[in-house]
Amino acid sequence: MAEEWPTLNVTERQKRGQKTTQPADAAGSRRATGDQAPYGQYSEGHVQYAQAATSEETFDLIGPGHSYESVTRKISDIVLRTPVTVKWLLAVMVSGALLALLGVSILYLLLKGVGIWGNNQPVGWAFGIINFVWWIGIGHAGTLISAILLLLHQNWRTSINRFAEAMTIFAVMCAGLYPLLHVGRHQYAYWMFPVPNTMGLWPQFRSPLIWDVFAVSTYFTVSLLFWYVGLIPDLAVLRDRSKNRAAKVIYGSLALGWRNSALHWRRYTALYLLLAGLSTPLVLSVHTIVSFDFSVGIVPGWHSTIFPPYFVAGAVFAGFAMVLILAIPLRALCGLKDLITMRHLENCAKVMLATGLIVFYGYVMEVFFGWYSANTYEKYMTFESRMFGPYAWSYWSLILCNGIVPQILWFKKMRTSIPVLFIVSIIVSIGMWLERFVIIVTSLTRDFLPSSWDMYYPTIWDWATYIGTFGLFFTLFLLFVRSLPVIAIAEMRELVHHHGHSASFVEHESEVVEHDKVPAH
Amino acid sequence: MQDRQARIEDITFKMKNGKVALDTGSTAGADGHSHPAHAGHEQSGHAQPAPAQPQRPQPVQSANIIPLSSIGFRPVAPKLDLEAVRARLKGKQGQQYWRSLEELSDTEEFQELLEREFPRQAPRDWEPLSRRDFLKLMGAGLALAGLSGCAYQPAEKIVPYVKQPEDLVPGKPLYFATAATLGGYAMGVLAESHMGRPTKLEGNPDHPASLGATDVFTQASLLTLYDPDRSQSVRKMGNISTWDIFLGEMVGEMQKHRANRGAGLRVLTEAVTSPTLAAQFAALKTAFPESRWHSYEPVNRDNVHAGAQLAFGADVQPLYHFERAEVILSLDADFLLEEPNRVRYARDFISGRRVREGKTEMNRLYAVESTPTITGAMADHRLPMRASDIEGFARALAQQLGVTGVTGSTPADAKWLTALAKDLTSHGGASLVVAGMEQPPIVHAIAHAINEKLGGAGKTVVYTGRVQASAADQAASLRNLVADMNAGRVETLIILGANPVYNTPSDIKFAAALNRVPLRIHQGMYEDETSVQCQWHIPEAHYLEAWSDARAYDGTVSVVQPLIQPLYDSHSSHEMMAVLLGQSDSPGYDVVRSYWQERLGVSGEAFEKQWRKIIHDGIVANTDARPVTVAVKSGFAGAVTPSAAATSMEIIFRPDPSIWDGRFANNGWLQELPRPLTKLTWDNAAIISPASATSNKLASGDMVELTYRGKKAQAPVWVMPGHADNSVTIHLGYGRTRGGQLGTGTGRCNAYSLRPADAPWFGTGVELRKTGEIYTLAGTQHHHLIDAKTPGKGTSAVDTTFNRDIIRSGAIGEFQKNPHFLEEGHHEGERASMQPPEWPSDTAQRGMEASGRAHGTVDQAQGELIAPNQWGMVIDINACIGCNACTVACQAENNIPTVGKDQVARGREMHWIRIDTYYRGELDNPEAYFQPLACMHCEKAPCEPVCPVEATSHSAEGINEMTYNRCIGTRYCSNNCPYKVRRFNFLQYTDQKSPVIQLMKNPDVTVRSRGVMEKCTYCVQRVNNARIEAEKEDRPIRDGEVVTACQQVCPTEAIVFGNIRDSKSKVADARSQPHHYGLLKELNTEPRTTYLARLRNPNLELEPTPVDTRSDDTTEETGERKEHG
Repeated sequence: MAEEWPTLNVTERQKRGQKTTQPADAAGSRRATGDQAPYGQYSEGHVQYAQAATSEETFDLIGPGHSYESVTRKISDIVLRTPVTVKWLLAVMVSGALLALLGVSILYLLLKGVGIWGNNQPVGWAFGIINFVWWIGIGHAGTLISAILLLLHQNWRTSINRFAEAMTIFAVMCAGLYPLLHVGRHQYAYWMFPVPNTMGLWPQFRSPLIWDVFAVSTYFTVSLLFWYVGLIPDLAVLRDRSKNRAAKVIYGSLALGWRNSALHWRRYTALYLLLAGLSTPLVLSVHTIVSFDFSVGIVPGWHSTIFPPYFVAGAVFAGFAMVLILAIPLRALCGLKDLITMRHLENCAKVMLATGLIVFYGYVMEVFFGWYSANTYEKYMTFESRMFGPYAWSYWSLILCNGIVPQILWFKKMRTSIPVLFIVSIIVSIGMWLERFVIIVTSLTRDFLPSSWDMYYPTIWDWATYIGTFGLFFTLFLLFVRSLPVIAIAEMRELVHHHGHSASFVEHESEVVEHDKVPAH
Repeated sequence: MQDRQARIEDITFKMKNGKVALDTGSTAGADGHSHPAHAGHEQSGHAQPAPAQPQRPQPVQSANIIPLSSIGFRPVAPKLDLEAVRARLKGKQGQQYWRSLEELSDTEEFQELLEREFPRQAPRDWEPLSRRDFLKLMGAGLALAGLSGCAYQPAEKIVPYVKQPEDLVPGKPLYFATAATLGGYAMGVLAESHMGRPTKLEGNPDHPASLGATDVFTQASLLTLYDPDRSQSVRKMGNISTWDIFLGEMVGEMQKHRANRGAGLRVLTEAVTSPTLAAQFAALKTAFPESRWHSYEPVNRDNVHAGAQLAFGADVQPLYHFERAEVILSLDADFLLEEPNRVRYARDFISGRRVREGKTEMNRLYAVESTPTITGAMADHRLPMRASDIEGFARALAQQLGVTGVTGSTPADAKWLTALAKDLTSHGGASLVVAGMEQPPIVHAIAHAINEKLGGAGKTVVYTGRVQASAADQAASLRNLVADMNAGRVETLIILGANPVYNTPSDIKFAAALNRVPLRIHQGMYEDETSVQCQWHIPEAHYLEAWSDARAYDGTVSVVQPLIQPLYDSHSSHEMMAVLLGQSDSPGYDVVRSYWQERLGVSGEAFEKQWRKIIHDGIVANTDARPVTVAVKSGFAGAVTPSAAATSMEIIFRPDPSIWDGRFANNGWLQELPRPLTKLTWDNAAIISPASATSNKLASGDMVELTYRGKKAQAPVWVMPGHADNSVTIHLGYGRTRGGQLGTGTGRCNAYSLRPADAPWFGTGVELRKTGEIYTLAGTQHHHLIDAKTPGKGTSAVDTTFNRDIIRSGAIGEFQKNPHFLEEGHHEGERASMQPPEWPSDTAQRGMEASGRAHGTVDQAQGELIAPNQWGMVIDINACIGCNACTVACQAENNIPTVGKDQVARGREMHWIRIDTYYRGELDNPEAYFQPLACMHCEKAPCEPVCPVEATSHSAEGINEMTYNRCIGTRYCSNNCPYKVRRFNFLQYTDQKSPVIQLMKNPDVTVRSRGVMEKCTYCVQRVNNARIEAEKEDRPIRDGEVVTACQQVCPTEAIVFGNIRDSKSKVADARSQPHHYGLLKELNTEPRTTYLARLRNPNLELEPTPVDTRSDDTTEETGERKEHG
């Protein structure tokens, strides 16, 4: 992409101490806080046009015919105007039922103890930690899209970053449940935090679990802040566009008095970039530290230096798969095909392909080092236990899901086929879950002394808790879809702005309606 | 130990007339039960059972339960057919008690009503629901019944001692000598008493059968004392009654018998060695000449006695001296586990095998056996053979050795036999042949003849008079009783302790015969299968509650001294006998004491002195049976026709290695104890060889129906490497129908239902039929094979484990040539270490030391041990016989809960020390190796740095410690433990509510709750006690002063514990042995618990190439072994 990111220009100019003349003039300001035309004056024909645009797939970053107003209208209407649909209600009911299942599972767990799960003597960790790592991995895509792609000037991120960030936050919430639930004495789980206490005891900082506590809580906090900061201009839009008094108050207070002034924009862009910079190392650090949970241990199959990069790549891989799993129904159901275009989907697929290859390289290297180390236990773990042991099915399914299936994304035809993308994403999600299963369960079931080898079988409560977290995730996501803009309105308008002036969009120039409304600067 | 002895001396000295002269104002002890430390009851003040309590709580099954009818459910009133009732009454003979017309009419409706009213008698159809709950509630085994039985006393004021008893210091345990019995034979113990509660049993070093060690049964008998399922009150026709009412009724009954000289008066006991009880029976015979004493023990020694009778014509029993033997042959004899003298035999046997630098002579054990046993596992040469073929083998061997009058055809294993015969002959008077108690008398007789021929008689085996006072032929005794019962000649049957309805052979139909006896009185610790068929049930006192005496296998008498007042309304068998003798007010103490007064022939002060010594020592000096000289009768073998060889499948009955004949069925510790070799818990199984499994298309877990002599029973299959082919072993003791909450319904196969009276141990003609059902067997170890090839699989997973250097073993011949040969090929330094050499803790420790905080630590940089005591343990796997005693001892010492079958099946057993078992060689006859494994207390413990809350840390003395109340249960430590010795409380396993279970807990050890990790602590409480004593006396802790529970109980002294820094300590000596090695040392964990390699002493004629774990061509060797094996 050749076009520049305007906010970067802002900061550069600020650096150079130049006086900035912003797009945030009066007109822009008005537009940002709501379109000039009151809703009632919006023509019927326009709505029809916008709907027509959604039915076609496009490889542009944004469908044809969008103006500032149409973008704003389209995204904010999902929250403010669209009536509650039966489909949405059904979805909330299903995910709410699953959430209730999670509640029951947790309640029973607290009453009975962690023994209701299938963990046993060699397998101290199982579903709890598998699911923790899996959800944390999913949580990676959001921040990666928002922060790293922002810094790398990948403006195709714009239409997917908002819900990807939401996904991150909800996934980390799901993930964060597990470490708290999997401990034996839940009432003392807070001892993992450095709480000053009369015993004068601190957590042991040598333990990777403590690093986890810091890494995950930091990641969650920063992701939440980043997401919220990004939301502020859009919250102001919702505030201005909502008719309901209560909604006005709620959005209004959340918008922190955003008035779209140049000063606001200046501070906003500075903060947003700062947070992006802060988030970027976190994307890498969280899964690196999660991988330390294993690589610090001496268990064959865990004790490996390749884990940090391979875990991070795996996390991005899983995260993009989840973005696709969410984006594909979202754009169809909310009529957002012109905002989340085929271009976005294809780019996600490309990232999946790239990170999938890194992950697969990791698998190959594990096998290689199993052989090259000449370590009896490593060798046994890689060549016999994983490949031909009782859990061989999980290893070969993993290779199939994460190694072989994603290779079809080399073909553009496949990359741009929505059913293929959706199915591949689900397969990749399953594959990433299996990867954690292989690492955790297969390694633990057969470590050093054959006398202690034992099998692990999940119980109904393991499954109930796992499935229950889907309830938590999707309930939160469904509520998010109905209460906050799923796509960043302000950023989309910037995109519209650039469309209007970019050479690459010249051929669309004539189709851009209400061209006069584009602010001049 | 000396200190303990001294303390015992002190306390026993204060005893007068068996009562402790403690002035506490307590009434305890006033009823004649001596209770040396009863004051503890007063002090702790709550939840203590007091026998004299006027208000006895109603047990759950009492009639006070609100009838269902009153809560809305109205049962249909049973219709009474009075004519039928009348007819029924008419048909009854003798005295028949009945409670109501409904009962008499015995309609279905009445039965239904009964079941509703008394849910405990109802079928356990609610079991799936109850199991988890009850598992949760039981700690060492059990549950809510204890609440009702153990008198919850009303709130009362706790009054401190007015006069502090001199020896009773709160927190300081006292030790009392007493004796436990199994099958009548005594095992001397020192019982540890905390404030009047026995909490641990340790072997009495002065006792000849114990020598300070004990076995699993003795260790677990403590739990039986506190079993909430024990019967708690006298019952008449199932209703609660009292001892006094019983006494009242017995007066009339005995008067009747006095009139008819005791005709129809019969007493049935188990095997008895008690001199007092024997004297009481003699007195009974005098008072009632027509009365009879029958005895029946399901695991009896009839064959041993009959064998001696056959060979010598004398009533003698063999007593082996393994320590004098150089070559030993076991003919299906599991002398390390089944013989009554097992603990002593194990000690003696291993004393001939212990290898230390400079002492490299080992005895050689040959074992010919059917069911794989721990004795066979210790053998240098083992030959699997069907139990019914062993007679033929014995005959052939006798012929080869030139025993006159014995002939036999040469068996298939001629080479083996010849080599064995040569070896036995060449060792002349130092050879020994032992026949198993399951083998018929002729095999015993042949063994006696061989021993005499080889010159072993009088050296490796001596003969003494029979120690058992009860009938030598118990099967005959039982048969006579049943015949008399069926003939109506028995009017009153008093069953003391036995449970014949359950454990007599099914074809003898004891239960049916019992119903023909008009008055049936049962005394037992449990309300069991027999008690429900008796009008009277009298709770029997546990041996820790009542006075008695018993003889060890060598004849030595111990006086059984109680440590606690009976928890319930229970009485000893001496008191029951006193009732029969018309001395109903005689407490057991008076009975036992007056017997000894008479026997010792002294009185007054002289007797007091002797008596005190007896009580203190735990043994009566010079009471061991004197050896007698006997000669084998010529032509003894001619009297017995050789049993014909049958080719049909053989069934073998064996006592269960844990629950024995079923008497421990309600003992959670024993139920959950992994059986040696099979590692099964909570079940018995039809054990068959791999070849039999293949030919019958069976696999472990398949349910089979066994048909034997027309009787059918179902059992799950367990495939056992090394079992004789075409043979199936069933352990006794399972399938109880009234065995308490744990025993009832546990285990599918009641072996007694198949067991015939005329062939109680084995016979041919059993048929197996697969039912198609798959049964879950809960085992604790799933991978046994260390280098065997799985047939048809080529290189398998187990091949890889072979390289792991887990068990080091080798031949003694190689060791003599090069003591370090086992180390070769294990260059630990060359292996890739999975941990950095510098562990962060070292730096931390050094930092602490620099700041003067730590007493000291292991300083890796200087290679020097800083703290004065550095604890370490060495386990000699050459001496470990895999008997499991350490596991139970640890469980008792450290308040370790049991978890139940379901949890074991999930892999959540809690034992802190386990016996890993590995096999080597061919599936049909592998070598077996035992490796006890507890926490290794690694100096660089992988568990420590990963704990997020620092709940596991290292002490300056090298103990890897668990801070339970800091643990939040992430289980990271367990994942990172290469030895997998950590145990996690996945659920609330410990019963923290039942008061009676709480009494049992060792107060020196924290009771762990749900969600906490635990593991071996090196018995840190014992270390600390020793440290306190040493500091009081301002001296270092002496070597041997700290004895861990596992070390203490070990019959073979395979476990050595001590200060590795003290170069003169036993443990340092063991660590300096050439065959010393650390497990998984290449991980750089630096374990403090280390091992001495297993050494074998093969006959070079049978095994030309010595085998050690290094060689890669093991297959060839095992192939060769197969040839002659």
